[in-house]
Amino acid sequence: MQDVKDTTGTQGTAKPSDGQKAQAAGPQKPPPPNPGPSREQAMQYGIVGAGMKEVTRRVPLDEPPPLPENAKLKSIGKPVSRLDGVEKVTGRARYTFDVQLPGMLWGQRVLSPLPHARIKSIDTSAAERYPGVRAVHIVERLLATAKLRDPKAEQGRYPTVRYAGQPVAAVAADSPRAAEAAARLIKVEYEPLPHVTTIAEAMKENAPRVFPGPTEQPATAGGGGAPPGLPQKGNVRGPDTKPRGMGPRGDVEKGFRESEVVVEAEYRTQVQTHVPMEPHGLVADWKDDMLTLYASTQWVASVRDEAAELFELPKNKVRVISDFTGGGFGAKYGIGNYGLLAIHLSRKARAPVRMVLDRREEHVSGGNRPNSIQRLKVGAKRDGSLVAIQLQAYGSGGVAGGAGVGFCHSTLYECPNVHVEQYDVFTNAGPCAAFRAPGQVQGIFALEQTIDELAERIGMDALALRAKIDVSGTDDALARAQERKLGADKVGWSKRRPAGSDKGPIKRGLGVAQSQWVYLVHRNTSCEVRVSGDGSVEAFSATQDIGTGTRTILAQVVAEEFGLRPEDIGAYVGDSRYPQGPASGGSRVTSSLTPAARNAAHRCARELAARIAPLFEASADDIVFADGKVSVKGKASSAMPFRDAVKKSGVRELSHRADRRDDYEGYAMSTPDMSISRHGIGGVQFAEVEVDTETGIVKVERVVAVHDCGRPINPKLTESQIFGGVIQGVSYALYEERHLDPGSGHQLNANVDQYKIVGSREVPKIEVILLEQLGAQSSTDARGVAEPANVATAAAVANAFYNATGKRIRTLPMTPANVLAALRTT
Amino acid sequence: MAPSDDDSDPKPLLPKLSRRAFFTGAGASALTATLVQTAAQAATQAGPAVLGPEPSTLQLDLNGRTVIVQADPGTTLAELLRNQLGMTGTKVGCDRGACSACTVWLDSEVAASCMTLAFDARGRKVTTIEGLARGDELHPVQRAFVENDALQCGFCTPGMVMSCAALVERNPKCTLDDVKQAVSGHLCRCGTYPNVFKATLAAAQASGKGKGKS
Repeated sequence: MQDVKDTTGTQGTAKPSDGQKAQAAGPQKPPPPNPGPSREQAMQYGIVGAGMKEVTRRVPLDEPPPLPENAKLKSIGKPVSRLDGVEKVTGRARYTFDVQLPGMLWGQRVLSPLPHARIKSIDTSAAERYPGVRAVHIVERLLATAKLRDPKAEQGRYPTVRYAGQPVAAVAADSPRAAEAAARLIKVEYEPLPHVTTIAEAMKENAPRVFPGPTEQPATAGGGGAPPGLPQKGNVRGPDTKPRGMGPRGDVEKGFRESEVVVEAEYRTQVQTHVPMEPHGLVADWKDDMLTLYASTQWVASVRDEAAELFELPKNKVRVISDFTGGGFGAKYGIGNYGLLAIHLSRKARAPVRMVLDRREEHVSGGNRPNSIQRLKVGAKRDGSLVAIQLQAYGSGGVAGGAGVGFCHSTLYECPNVHVEQYDVFTNAGPCAAFRAPGQVQGIFALEQTIDELAERIGMDALALRAKIDVSGTDDALARAQERKLGADKVGWSKRRPAGSDKGPIKRGLGVAQSQWVYLVHRNTSCEVRVSGDGSVEAFSATQDIGTGTRTILAQVVAEEFGLRPEDIGAYVGDSRYPQGPASGGSRVTSSLTPAARNAAHRCARELAARIAPLFEASADDIVFADGKVSVKGKASSAMPFRDAVKKSGVRELSHRADRRDDYEGYAMSTPDMSISRHGIGGVQFAEVEVDTETGIVKVERVVAVHDCGRPINPKLTESQIFGGVIQGVSYALYEERHLDPGSGHQLNANVDQYKIVGSREVPKIEVILLEQLGAQSSTDARGVAEPANVATAAAVANAFYNATGKRIRTLPMTPANVLAALRTT
Repeated sequence: MAPSDDDSDPKPLLPKLSRRAFFTGAGASALTATLVQTAAQAATQAGPAVLGPEPSTLQLDLNGRTVIVQADPGTTLAELLRNQLGMTGTKVGCDRGACSACTVWLDSEVAASCMTLAFDARGRKVTTIEGLARGDELHPVQRAFVENDALQCGFCTPGMVMSCAALVERNPKCTLDDVKQAVSGHLCRCGTYPNVFKATLAAAQASGKGKGKS
């Protein structure tokens, strides 16, 4: 990353006028990091095993001393098994889907069968009389979709229906059967309006208008969203020329005139749905003195804040609990329309209400990755140096904006002239949501194929070209340089054959693509660590575990400070009453939570040392916590079990709460909720594919995934996430695609048998190489990996496809039809 | 042939036969075949009662215990386990037999509990994820899943564990291909398959060794 100056907002609080100003005035430079007393600290910087150097940073005075490399630690950096693993393999882990409260009612939504309609009337009387029904609620406002800039542009008692499957009303009844039966009795009179479901049709001037006027689309903490204040003509909103505040720069026309080689092509990607195994869901329990929400969410605070705002409750009257979240991938923020209905119904019925999407609704309205049509043109000199990059991109996120294709064009490679135009195209389809590296996956698919094509055109090795232009000097660029080397050795790059070498119908090839993602820090991240008089240690933070292993890494970091084992630590997340914690999105939990946790644990340990020191007749500075024991430095014989020492010290309870400090070097950009470093997160992936040129079937046989995430806190869990990113990337590249019926606007494959996702038989052999990179920026130097692991895969597969067949595949997914079409091109 | 409308016939063809329920949806020829077959069964054993739409008593052998509940005949085994018995370890991911999150054992065979009527589990030993461990001692596959991180969000995990454990019980010498086959119907969106393969093979190896020694 370089020149990172802006990002998505977090809660959509920015008013359009503010946004316009921000775009006009340019991004704000954040204030210097960490005001207050500080010290100059020598720290190790670089990739462990590949040349470290010492740097000096200005560090807050009360930050713990820097950690050495992982090999010298006992808990951090070790492949510790997931602490909640036993709960998950025994079925004891309680997801929102599993919450059953006394007197709980079952919620059922009434969905519009039409893709575009005004609602003339709704008659709920028969449903209200149905036995077992306790409450009925009609949708008054819609979340997740784009909002009209001028709400008065549309009149009507009920929100206009803009996609088939949009919720209209809901019932709560004492059994699922009664709720379903009653929902069918709700009579809705619609006035159908003309609709449009394909991006190509929607872009036409005379296409039916999805919205009657210009719109705004706030982002969630997972990213996505669209910048405010952009022009809108018909269904086409844009252009956005500064994705995440970056670019344009130079003069691309001049750049192309100076270019010796120009590579230009159009790329198309499909709509992908999130398909978390646990669908979106919320159980609302409205009581006079407290609203308790059990939510399948990626950020408990987003659920609390939205519920408090919409129901005008103080935040201390809303509690959100999320013990386990069964996957999210970017789509699970806020209360959602289902949650809004659940809360209304619970308030009316005075009973808890469970509202969980079924698999069909999950596809239709739970979120998706927008499609894209990208026209990308890159100009270069014969030596490979880039001169100009120009992109025009259209994408549709249905009734929501946010179809940009990332920020890689102006940040990944050195290029003096960059111009990007991105447009949102509205269609009568379910709203998009942030999806694992929103935009960047689509953008990299096109950019990394173009760079590959350029390498071929100028007769340069694909890795050598990248080495020449990936030179920003940021941490991610340094990591990629090392990753290219390690990966090339592992995969056998030197034996790569020229494109289309196989003579028979089955063709094999090897390709590479680079990853890039922002290194985000969630500001206002806190952690409380508590030591009880019996020697037990607990840590609390209002973050959540969506499958990444948050509890485990939290326990590892705290255990390190006390010389305990991770399983000795009680690690608690998933409750909005704990100190504020990061969103599980933007690959930011580990980078944000672990420094706060270490800082709190360190303070606890030092205070404990002071309390224990008299027992040993030593000074507190000489007390050492290691291997479950307390001892005096240099006197092994003094060792006493940790618990015994705490008990003898007379401590009843001590606790410290600490915050995530700013990165020691500061940030390129900050909003009230998050900061973005000028450094990014890298990654390089190599793919081997086999293409059957007679059937058009593509198999990904092997992926070598080389990644960096700062200091890996737990390499075992990190590897799992990289497996997941690669597998989702292969799935996106080869299979996944939402199919809408243009006539009815209904999704034809809103299930998991016809919406094809990689299964056990299609999983390639995946080899993961993980760097340990110390950036000297925080008390743990940890960064995330979830999104970087998903960014490069489809592009690497596409480049391998070219190496196999000698043909470019510029359309995803690589279904037989798309593959055979690509093979027919000349 | 015109069976009597009177269910209180002193010599009923089938015990407690509700004619209305029985004929619903049955074609004439199918009916004849069914009658012959069921009559033969009825001669040797008490045939199953035909159940109306209202709830009936259901007795199940569940995780080694006898469970008696009232359920309507349309109840799936997954619904019964989760909603009536509060056993939420069994997940429902698609409710149409396509994701296998709801996998349980009927006797020693795996079955999608969302596609199995609760009443069809009568007379079979039902084992769910809650009944796989022996007290505090995890099944070798459960232990191997934890050790090899064969789970991320964990929602597909109970079903995945049931299928892999069934494979290991059936064939401790299973190969990678066997494991892929055993979980081919399971959907894991987090993409944890490589570790599922690793864990299952590790468990098989461990249990194979154990059996060899005994």
